[in-house]
Amino acid sequence: MTGEVRSLLIGAVCVALAAAVPYVTDGYWLSIALTAMMYIALSTSWALFSGPTHYISLASGAFFGIGGYLVATGMSDYNQSFWLMMFVAAVVATLLAGLIGLATLRLSGVYFVIFTLGLAEMIRNLVSWVQNNFLGSRGLYVLTDFTDAHIYWMLLAVAAAVFLFGWFIDRSRLGFALKIIGNEETVARHVGINTAWTKVVLFMSTGFFAALVGAIIAPRYSYIEPNLVFSPELSFLVVIMALLGGTHRLWGPLLGVIPFTLIWEAISIWVPNFTTLFLGLAFLTIVYFIPNGFVGLLEKLRHRSVA
Amino acid sequence: MDILISGLLLGGTYVLIAMGLNLQYGVARIMNLANGEMIVLGALAGFWLYMTATISPLLTIFLIAPIAFAGNWLVYRLLLVPLVRRAGNQGQLEVDSILATFGMSFVLVGIMVSLHGEYFTYSFLASPLSILGTTVALNRLVAFGFAVVIGLILYLWLNHSRAGMAVRAVSVDPASARLVGIDVGKVSALAFAVGGMVSAMAGVLISTFITLDASVGVIFTMKALIIVIMGGVGDIRGAIVAAVILGMVETAVATLIDPGLTLAAAYLIFLLVLLFKPQGLFGRAPV
Amino acid sequence: MSNGRTLLDVQNISKKFGGLVAVNGLSFTVKEQEVLGIIGPNGSGKTTVMNLISGAFPLSSGSIRLMGRELADLSAHRIARAGVARTFQLVRILPGLSVMDNVVAGAVFGHRRRWRTEAESHARDLLDRVGLGDKHYQPVSALTYIDQKRVELARALAGDPQILLLDEWLAGLNPSELHTGIELIESLSREGRTIILVEHVMDAIRTLCHRCIVVNSGQLIAEGTPASVLSDPTVISAYLGDD
Repeated sequence: MTGEVRSLLIGAVCVALAAAVPYVTDGYWLSIALTAMMYIALSTSWALFSGPTHYISLASGAFFGIGGYLVATGMSDYNQSFWLMMFVAAVVATLLAGLIGLATLRLSGVYFVIFTLGLAEMIRNLVSWVQNNFLGSRGLYVLTDFTDAHIYWMLLAVAAAVFLFGWFIDRSRLGFALKIIGNEETVARHVGINTAWTKVVLFMSTGFFAALVGAIIAPRYSYIEPNLVFSPELSFLVVIMALLGGTHRLWGPLLGVIPFTLIWEAISIWVPNFTTLFLGLAFLTIVYFIPNGFVGLLEKLRHRSVA
Repeated sequence: MDILISGLLLGGTYVLIAMGLNLQYGVARIMNLANGEMIVLGALAGFWLYMTATISPLLTIFLIAPIAFAGNWLVYRLLLVPLVRRAGNQGQLEVDSILATFGMSFVLVGIMVSLHGEYFTYSFLASPLSILGTTVALNRLVAFGFAVVIGLILYLWLNHSRAGMAVRAVSVDPASARLVGIDVGKVSALAFAVGGMVSAMAGVLISTFITLDASVGVIFTMKALIIVIMGGVGDIRGAIVAAVILGMVETAVATLIDPGLTLAAAYLIFLLVLLFKPQGLFGRAPV
Repeated sequence: MSNGRTLLDVQNISKKFGGLVAVNGLSFTVKEQEVLGIIGPNGSGKTTVMNLISGAFPLSSGSIRLMGRELADLSAHRIARAGVARTFQLVRILPGLSVMDNVVAGAVFGHRRRWRTEAESHARDLLDRVGLGDKHYQPVSALTYIDQKRVELARALAGDPQILLLDEWLAGLNPSELHTGIELIESLSREGRTIILVEHVMDAIRTLCHRCIVVNSGQLIAEGTPASVLSDPTVISAYLGDD
């Protein structure tokens, strides 16, 4: 029990420290911290599902886009409040994730990856089509009084919620079931685990959190169009950062997000034409040299120093 | 009628793409998500040789074939074999190969963007032609003809040659194939290389009638995967039917509703397949 | 023993894989506290029967009732919860978990569900019971083959199942391990557990089974005590080939 109290305390201290960032800096570095916080929430939530199950989800971009787009449509076209639309977006994305999960998660992982691979692009096409043909092709404005600091704190709250959720899962039957599924799905079924339901529930949680993040980020752009928020690239970045950090520990993705956000930022500024190439090299580096992420490297080092 | 004919012509090229991927996934057991980039590389070669040296794309097909074959063979030997060795089970190999081929796909896109960042636009055999009252561009018809010929050669090779027999044996059961003296590693490399070669050749054909750019590969990967899954992994007959269905549905949606919805249409088909026939159109339930 | 209530009632079950009929109109029953052996030549459909009872794949037709409750259309996890536990022909363990957690898995999600300390103490008892008392926290991948089979058995027992399916649990053991294994199953039977065994080891069949059914080409060809079915001429010709 003391171990649990201690990890909760450490978590609380980290959140408090992170919350102080806007007091220390604003402008450029705050915007980088904001981006990092966004990916911390997304990658950690991604890893909660994909880590134990080994199902690689590329749906983050789609759920994120739903969050941003629904907030924009609701505020711009229907005069709804930001908070209501944030809630609606999260519910819609969760339900969509549930439907996708029911259709694909009973099958092999390959089908799931393929299905999520083009999902953001497909939804973007659909949304653009609906907008162009039925709603008139206007841009959508998200006008709020939020400053970067506000957005940052909201993202921090989501990230903290993801960690708390992960911490809770790890101690629940659901988390234990997920671990067993990741080991041997056949055994899981035959000891009485509803494998489909377990996977779908976790996948829905990634949809929920990604849509929340997308909704919260929307005010940062003020002007939203489908091409901006339904970005397939985002899905890949989430996967890379999580894998780079390591998915078998709750805090693993965090270790990947921070350095990767900085490098990504640097590359986008200095050599913007090489971002795609770099993304590819990052994937290859992870697969061939750090298959268990930074967490795996750390654990190996500790193992060696003990032995 | 328009839709039927255009759809059929498009489907012909899709068959070729799906055959390439089928060889790579069905035999070498590698889910190659960089397959679309192989198509785009072929298209880029077709475009570039035509623009700089006015080499006919129809000749480029044969120029690029040996290069693509060698390139894919090397990729399999150098990058994928280590993953096959390392993986404890099929699931692990699947995850690793998906991530690795994603990496390769991005690297290839990155390189192609720096080579030629704009659209691969050129005009080749663009004259209109009338068949059965429908007007189609000559280049589509020629591409279809070439696709049929290449597909037929591939089919004959698989079914009537010693090497083709070995490829089919590995696709059905690698363990048993090993027992009858087939070098599974070698055959897998061969299948992967031939698969990549066919994709690149299809890419040259496609470039004659569709304008591509460096980043469009992933769409082709998606379509090829949908066709392979709909037709059933390793099932050539199924892939042909599936490719024609996809070609027709896409053409129908593009002409009747909106060209922007072809991907959504492909998704709808995919979803139906996953829900009702996940083992493929002609597939039997897995044992 | 033979006058107990019927626990499992299998009626006219069939399974087709494409054109192949693996199980063809098979019927049998298992009484409470009975040990039933399913024997037959290789490829006769024995493991398929186990897979059908445990819900690994659906029946093509027929009915399987556990204490009157129809299992035929349930998925594997529901059947497990209803009280059917199994081991696998090729041992299946959870390689990433400790010995203890492998067994806790059965206790947490099985027929009778426990959680936390209750699940752990139950798992500990079972590990002692199957002879792994000193290996609770080893990684399961470090175990020998028979120990892995013990883990699997303990995991199957951990949910307090109504009926236990052992699919060639004794296969691949050396003579002294075999002896230990037979004793272990015998002690489970003495506890009053209901067991279905698929076995090739004839000594085990003779010692353990109260009753046997013999399956060939997916059909029942004989039924009775081990001694009577093993001397039945139809059974002998099925094993040795007809002509």
